[in-house]
Amino acid sequence: MRFAVVVFPGSNCDHDALYAVEHVLGQTAAFVWHKDTSLGDADAVILPGGFAYGDYLRTGAIARFSPIMQAIKTFAAAGGPVIGICNGFQVLLEAGLLPGAMLRNRSVRFQCEHVYVKVEQTDTPFTLACAPGQVLRLPIAHGEGNYYAEPDVIARLEQQRQVVFRYTTAQGAATAEANPNGSVHNIAGLCNEARNVVGLMPHPERACELALGSADGLVMFKSVLQAINGVGSHLSRTLSPR
Amino acid sequence: MRARVFVTLKPSVFDPQGTTVTEALHSLGYDTVKDVRQGKYFELEIEAASADEARRLASEAADKLLANPVIESYRIEI
Repeated sequence: MRFAVVVFPGSNCDHDALYAVEHVLGQTAAFVWHKDTSLGDADAVILPGGFAYGDYLRTGAIARFSPIMQAIKTFAAAGGPVIGICNGFQVLLEAGLLPGAMLRNRSVRFQCEHVYVKVEQTDTPFTLACAPGQVLRLPIAHGEGNYYAEPDVIARLEQQRQVVFRYTTAQGAATAEANPNGSVHNIAGLCNEARNVVGLMPHPERACELALGSADGLVMFKSVLQAINGVGSHLSRTLSPR
Repeated sequence: MRARVFVTLKPSVFDPQGTTVTEALHSLGYDTVKDVRQGKYFELEIEAASADEARRLASEAADKLLANPVIESYRIEI
């Protein structure tokens, strides 16, 4: 299976993502420069963390106009699995591939710590190998991860089961104390209506080996491998073009 | 022609930076400052034949790039 890792000027988790795919998952991955216009023969796309364009103006605001974004939109519209991690999630929001926006953390601090997130949906290509309700311990590292959308948008996201990850306690309780940044409804990650585009603030690629403090993130990469290889039969609908 | 674009968070959106600035002002003794909302200010030098044309272009720029309509609104002065 082939992953494309998109590199914007200012991306800094691109090598982490490539390492997780190639050295831990044992698959192939290639960097795609933001000025490229093709994703090649990629089966899945990763928008990595970092500070694309220095986070100037707003996080992801300028990256969304990069030439590669048109190819990503086409790939996503055809049902291809796309994941945005941290800054990649922010780019997906600005590009309109996922709804909502990010505000400065409630603490006004850059939060850098391990948190617990509960996997609430297992019918996305990035969570299909997870157990329903599984709690993952993943690192976060962001200053603007305070997810916001209008109340009617939040209601629709909840109703359509698009909230994929929620900040919780280790036991899976979505309390205010477990919410590191003030995100509405403790939302840590979500998917689009077609469920093939997923964004989250925590970093699964930085949690794929026990030497890094947690290997809980690996299940997300195994998920997309299963999704592409057809092991998850209930996902074939999700991954076929709409 | 110069267009001034003021981008602010919508009233319904919590402003953690504004709240922090409010608290800092209170700690300096400015208790009469009840609230601070932080925003962005842009000056656009535009080649335009009329103020209307400059306003139209600035508005387009704000819609496309300068403001995020999910959380922000803007106003323009020419």
